[in-house]
Amino acid sequence: MSDLPSVAVGGSQGAAVGDYVQILKPRVMSLVVFTGLVGLVLAPGHLHPVLAAVAVLCIAVGAGASGAINMWYDRDIDAVMRRTMARPLPAGRMNPGEALGFGCVLAVWSVVIMGLAVNWVAAELLALTIAFYVFVYTIWLKRRTPQNIVIGGAAGAFPPLIGWAAVTGDIGWGGLALFAIIFFWTPPHFWALSLYRAGEYERAGVPMLPVVSGTRETKRQMLLYTLVLWPVTLAPWLLGIAGPAYAVCAAGLSLLFTGTAVQVWRDGTDRSARQMFQFSLLYLFLIFSLLLLDHVGGGRW
Amino acid sequence: MAAERRDERERTTRARNRALLFVLLGLVALFYVIAIVRMSGG
Repeated sequence: MSDLPSVAVGGSQGAAVGDYVQILKPRVMSLVVFTGLVGLVLAPGHLHPVLAAVAVLCIAVGAGASGAINMWYDRDIDAVMRRTMARPLPAGRMNPGEALGFGCVLAVWSVVIMGLAVNWVAAELLALTIAFYVFVYTIWLKRRTPQNIVIGGAAGAFPPLIGWAAVTGDIGWGGLALFAIIFFWTPPHFWALSLYRAGEYERAGVPMLPVVSGTRETKRQMLLYTLVLWPVTLAPWLLGIAGPAYAVCAAGLSLLFTGTAVQVWRDGTDRSARQMFQFSLLYLFLIFSLLLLDHVGGGRW
Repeated sequence: MAAERRDERERTTRARNRALLFVLLGLVALFYVIAIVRMSGG
């Protein structure tokens, strides 16, 4: 079998199907799909269910493409961080060119299909999201500034806006409100992680806020962002795309989120930061679930 | 050892080819459905 295609890497067996799935960052993808779906459901208007499914598929594939290109570019720093060193590229199971090619093909595919099947506004937003994640976050900001995930976080906030645009064909205030929720949620979410991974980020040369400005300043900013989330999560109610029941629940969740930030502020150990990171995931999931529930139930729940 | 590695590599390649086949068939089905929906004014 010496005439096998030259896909094997560094004496390994070559990339397996699971490796291709792994470089798409399926966990990130699931959150992106969910928030994109909520944007699609909440948007005024109607989209054929098949086309809605295609839109969600394109958002998922576009997010996966961004993840693959990110893993290609960051393979050097992934190799020195414990959390990422088992990924297919740093582990030597996949050739860098394969990952880049795979990511680029999927990126083009997702944008073209979104444009042809759904509409070109959603496709342009998807292209912007991929470009923003790859060029602005991964290549430009990530290794240069502690504000990397503040500005770069916009890439993760686009999916509900894309979902919204898939239905309406434009960018509405409702879509922007959903965008803002994820945008302001991202910094405290990632800084909670970087608080207990600061050593790894420092070794990898990534200037995360705890590395550059210290834990005290990071905790202060995390707390401030959770306070900003109070009015931001109420925006869907103020804009009339969610009812008062949503507003009450969202306020309660934001209070809990701020509570976890206060705990992090007071706690000198990593424990509360880990708890806050876990809660931040639940928080975003619940906020978007509430929006969905409120819409499906017509605000009568 | 070398034979084992060769078998493993063959298995990986075969699995990858099968996955690619499913993806291509899925794409054909997807384009077909999209075309039907768009032609029916969806």
